[in-house]
Amino acid sequence: MIQLWVPLGLLALGFIAGRILEARHYRAIRRREDAWAGIETHGLRVLPADVRPARAALASGSVVISVDYWKRFAAALKKLFGGEMHSYASLIDRARREAVLRMKESQPDADLFVNVRIETSTIGGGTESGMGAVEVLAYGTAVWRVR
Amino acid sequence: MITTNIESVPGMQIVEHYGLVQGSTIRAKNVGRDLVASLKNLVGGELKGYTELLQESREQATERMVAQAEELGANAVVNVRFSTSSVAAGAAEILAYGTAVKVRPARVLPPPLPDEDEDVE
Repeated sequence: MIQLWVPLGLLALGFIAGRILEARHYRAIRRREDAWAGIETHGLRVLPADVRPARAALASGSVVISVDYWKRFAAALKKLFGGEMHSYASLIDRARREAVLRMKESQPDADLFVNVRIETSTIGGGTESGMGAVEVLAYGTAVWRVR
Repeated sequence: MITTNIESVPGMQIVEHYGLVQGSTIRAKNVGRDLVASLKNLVGGELKGYTELLQESREQATERMVAQAEELGANAVVNVRFSTSSVAAGAAEILAYGTAVKVRPARVLPPPLPDEDEDVE
């Protein structure tokens, strides 16, 4: 009997705790995104024409995030039928937004960021399934305007 | 040492190129971090131990790249790229590479364009 209850308990723990933690993380992300909304980020490699640059430096931010037990289970089920995996979508979304925010926070007084690149790599996490955790790195060039 | 990931350094002009410089490091995670991470895996969320590990490795790779550039007499590295690859289970290689250049402040700054945001709310 215990063989059945342990995984069920872990699933319940993953479902409840994972949900609470994710909601908390999303709240923090939204709050910080609002705070940093005035700082432009560009994917382009050139500066906007109206910017007179004073100096520049590389900025980067990264985060490693893993999914909870429940979502891993749900994803394994989903793999049987195919289709979009929403449980992993929110994981990667959180990681990307967090990484970009950390990049901005690493150069808090910069005026804008150009050529922002986002790179994702998976980390085994020592589990049998490949997708244990994702690492997201956001990096770009922080630019300060002439004062 | 100035580093950017675009082809130039804003506000500066490139006066000399020294070619590609790179720095890399291969790091293994340790058992303690693995243990914490596997527990954290149950509830999901950030694995801080791994974040720090990769951050440290990236800094080290960047330092090595910068050291190589300094040896060449450069004062900036432009077009910096990072790449991560897992060499073996539990070990990751972090590579930072870019182009070493010498820059000096641009003599003529382009005149500022007329302000274009006219009361756009």
